[in-house]
Amino acid sequence: MRFGVVVFPGTWSDRDCGWVIDQVLGAELRYLWHKDRDLQGCDCVILPGGFSHGDYLRTGAIARFSPVMESVAEFAGRGGLVWGICNGFQILCEAGLLPGALIRNDALQYRCEWTNLVCERTDTAYSSLVERRQVLRIPISHGEGNYFADPPTLSRLEQQGQVVFRYADERGFVVPAANPNGSIHNIAGIVNERGNVLGMMPHPERAAEAVVGSADGIFLFRSVIQSAMKVLSA
Amino acid sequence: MSVAIDDRKLKEVALSRDEYRVLVEKLGREPNQVELGMVGVLWSEHCSYKTSKPLLRRLPSQGEGVLQGPGENAGAVDVGEGWAVVFKVESHNHPSAIEPYQGAATGVGGILRDVIAMGARPVALLDSLRFGPLPASAHHFGGVVAGIGGYGNCIGVPTVGGEVYFEDCYAQNPLVNAMCVGLVRTDRLKRARAEGKGNSLLLVGAQTGRDGIHGASFASLDLDRDVEARRPAVQVGNPFLEKCLLEACMDLAVLSSVVAIQDLGAAGLTSSVAEAAGRAGSGAEIDVARVPRRETGMTAYDVMLSESQERMLIVVERGREEEVKKVFETWDLEAAVIGEVTGDGHLTVRDGRKKVARLPIDLLTEGAPTRRLESRPRPEQATILSLDFMRREPPDLSRSLKRLLGSPNLGSRRPIFRQYDHMLGASTVVPPGGDAALLRIKGTRRALALTIDGNGRYCELDPYVGAQIAVAEAARNIAAVGARPLAVTDCLNFGNPDRPEVYWQLEEAVAGIATACRAFGLPIVSGNVSLYNESEAGGAIYPTPVIGMVGLLDDYTRSVDAGFKEEGDFVLLVGASGNDLGGSEYLKVVFGQVAGRPPAIDLAAEKAVREFILGAAQAGLLRSAHDCAEGGMLVALAECCLLGGFGVRCPELRPDGDLRLDAGFFGESQARFIISAGSRAMPELQVLARRQHVEFEMLGNVRGGSIVFEGQVDVDLAELRQEWEQALVAPPQPSPMGRGLPA
Repeated sequence: MRFGVVVFPGTWSDRDCGWVIDQVLGAELRYLWHKDRDLQGCDCVILPGGFSHGDYLRTGAIARFSPVMESVAEFAGRGGLVWGICNGFQILCEAGLLPGALIRNDALQYRCEWTNLVCERTDTAYSSLVERRQVLRIPISHGEGNYFADPPTLSRLEQQGQVVFRYADERGFVVPAANPNGSIHNIAGIVNERGNVLGMMPHPERAAEAVVGSADGIFLFRSVIQSAMKVLSA
Repeated sequence: MSVAIDDRKLKEVALSRDEYRVLVEKLGREPNQVELGMVGVLWSEHCSYKTSKPLLRRLPSQGEGVLQGPGENAGAVDVGEGWAVVFKVESHNHPSAIEPYQGAATGVGGILRDVIAMGARPVALLDSLRFGPLPASAHHFGGVVAGIGGYGNCIGVPTVGGEVYFEDCYAQNPLVNAMCVGLVRTDRLKRARAEGKGNSLLLVGAQTGRDGIHGASFASLDLDRDVEARRPAVQVGNPFLEKCLLEACMDLAVLSSVVAIQDLGAAGLTSSVAEAAGRAGSGAEIDVARVPRRETGMTAYDVMLSESQERMLIVVERGREEEVKKVFETWDLEAAVIGEVTGDGHLTVRDGRKKVARLPIDLLTEGAPTRRLESRPRPEQATILSLDFMRREPPDLSRSLKRLLGSPNLGSRRPIFRQYDHMLGASTVVPPGGDAALLRIKGTRRALALTIDGNGRYCELDPYVGAQIAVAEAARNIAAVGARPLAVTDCLNFGNPDRPEVYWQLEEAVAGIATACRAFGLPIVSGNVSLYNESEAGGAIYPTPVIGMVGLLDDYTRSVDAGFKEEGDFVLLVGASGNDLGGSEYLKVVFGQVAGRPPAIDLAAEKAVREFILGAAQAGLLRSAHDCAEGGMLVALAECCLLGGFGVRCPELRPDGDLRLDAGFFGESQARFIISAGSRAMPELQVLARRQHVEFEMLGNVRGGSIVFEGQVDVDLAELRQEWEQALVAPPQPSPMGRGLPA
């Protein structure tokens, strides 16, 4: 099982993802430079958090044009696992691999804090080890994580069950008070129709060991490993 | 020697006529315009420390584990298992007064480069901030907080700690001190020495523009009324570019061809080349025509004095420039050979084939005549201290507690730190909001405890005592998470030292820091001085020495934090209490007075109490520990409740002897902690306390949803939380990109 972590200039969660993959899980890790097209045979490609190209224009707007993104789109088209976290989610939306957009937080401020996520899909490659309605404690860190989609897109997302994570309170109730950024329907993470591309604003790689406050994020990484193993052994 | 130069030219470079005379004498001729500009910036207080240098020599800088003391880009201390911690604090006060967002942002950018230049990867940022009262100073406050977040979040270095206070004296002259902490393998620690005749000087990173010319000189003057006109002297930050620069510099670590890395900060190219050559005792020759520029028509003078951000100077072995250039190319960064190391002790500047300046390096870096200034306590110092507030009757204690925790100086800091990424790196074991932040060193069980502290009000009332308290409080914060204090960086923020009372404050504060650091065996490995923090309208700021401290915990599973953990636990007050209401928040908030003697400081007692806390933490006896500071025992106790989500139930507090009741609750006596522990830990705690000769008092038990002292205090925690959380709701964040601009 090999993870690829894409590095754009301005990416900063690459090393945190790498730490979890390499040191916590002992899985195989490759860093993929944004100018390269070769995905090096990775089973799952992570687009990590950060401010790619400074995000001075619009988050992810320049990164989507990087050479690596052509390969990522093609890989996703073949059913490969593509996982966008934070800035990676923003890039996936800009690249059209996921619907909707991430706009400025409703408080007009950056937000770095713990959130509780309720998992609504436990049949994806990213959440197979999570119990249905399980609450995961995972932090956010973004200025533009307010998920938005037009009404037809949103109802399609909901009808097809593409919402994987929503911001919730500690008991798993999806309430306005638990929404840290104004995301529509408290959406924290979605998959594409096929279920192989996941975008999420919270940072599971920062919640993979109890010493830093939560180890809930590790369920996601382990799920990916398990499903990749299934594919490999199939 | 008669000297023909007009005052206007001297004023432009901020040199006095006497200094100019010394310059001409040492040079043996009159300097040309470029040379005058170069000397002007390097002889500014900001670069030369000509006023503070004799005082700074009194600070202890040696100690066990010190790998690099003052004089480099940052200090470095061995933390074991092959790691060194690199850190420094620096002020960006003047720029932040004029352009809060960019002033603070570039302050962060500058201190990051100091740590990067040592070969270290920055792992944490902290900030010490001072503003005028809210809401009048909301534009400073909001802009600075947004600027710190804007830079730190984008470059990807977590901001894990800090402090902020609001006082009238900072209304015109806010303080923005940024501290950066980095980690490096001890064998990869770099020093900025331009060694090896013939080696190449590479300028890398951003192109050079006209921004920030005379920034260092400007930082060495009072803030005058035409601050608007000074706006061009403030630089503009580009955190994305610095992120690329950071990664490229990290990639350089493996190249043996890199001799040294030097940051370009205040006084730009002039200072970085002169300092790097000065440290090595070499010389340098550079050609400004080879400096990549972002503007046309720049003169040699402009290029030498520009303070454009996000630039570094790299000294590379001759003939191996291409391997270094390639690293920067990968990150799409400029890298240009602009000159070479010489052995002639001079800095020679060419513009193409024309020589435009040639100055002895030691004249630039060491030549500024030291200023010996008059020192005299101001006349009213005596009256401030004798003011008598003790006759007043204490008001309602519960109401006072609510007012204190609802005031900007004691309210929750969450509205600030949730705007900063404080978890990046997945290393934050104890987050901001408590005493010190605790960061694990990945791959080890070790953790760094980080804090930054100062109390300008105490120093206004007694700078010698106030400065000692700053050191003692920082050390208590470190101990409160279970870590042992290791080393210090300091930032000295003062008014205009030409006034004898200000120079006296500086002298006293430095003496206080030195005394406390010596007593605790703590070396000061880096620091910064910011003088002339005053304005015509606002007068001088409180003398504000700020102490950044790094501590070490061998095993992070032994860490402690401030919040109560379990119903029924015993709550203890460790340390002795006195009638220390002078300079207290209680006196300010409830009585509207800044007066009295600051709390007494007993350095031996501080050490003993700290040893007790550390011993108890090591033995796993503590459920929580929190330092008693501003607001006294009751505020500290309330913070333990608010952070842990538990109430506390105590019998009536019966102060001993002549201790006033309100002093018992709100007095700011030093060397005290609030701890909680399970009943089984009690006998061992007693033994430990006896061994350290530390007294502790049982206050009560963790219980319920209120803070109760039988018949004295009864405050509902939910209500209190409301006040505490609303005290500092930050204004909307102005953005430099035009998004979300405030109305």
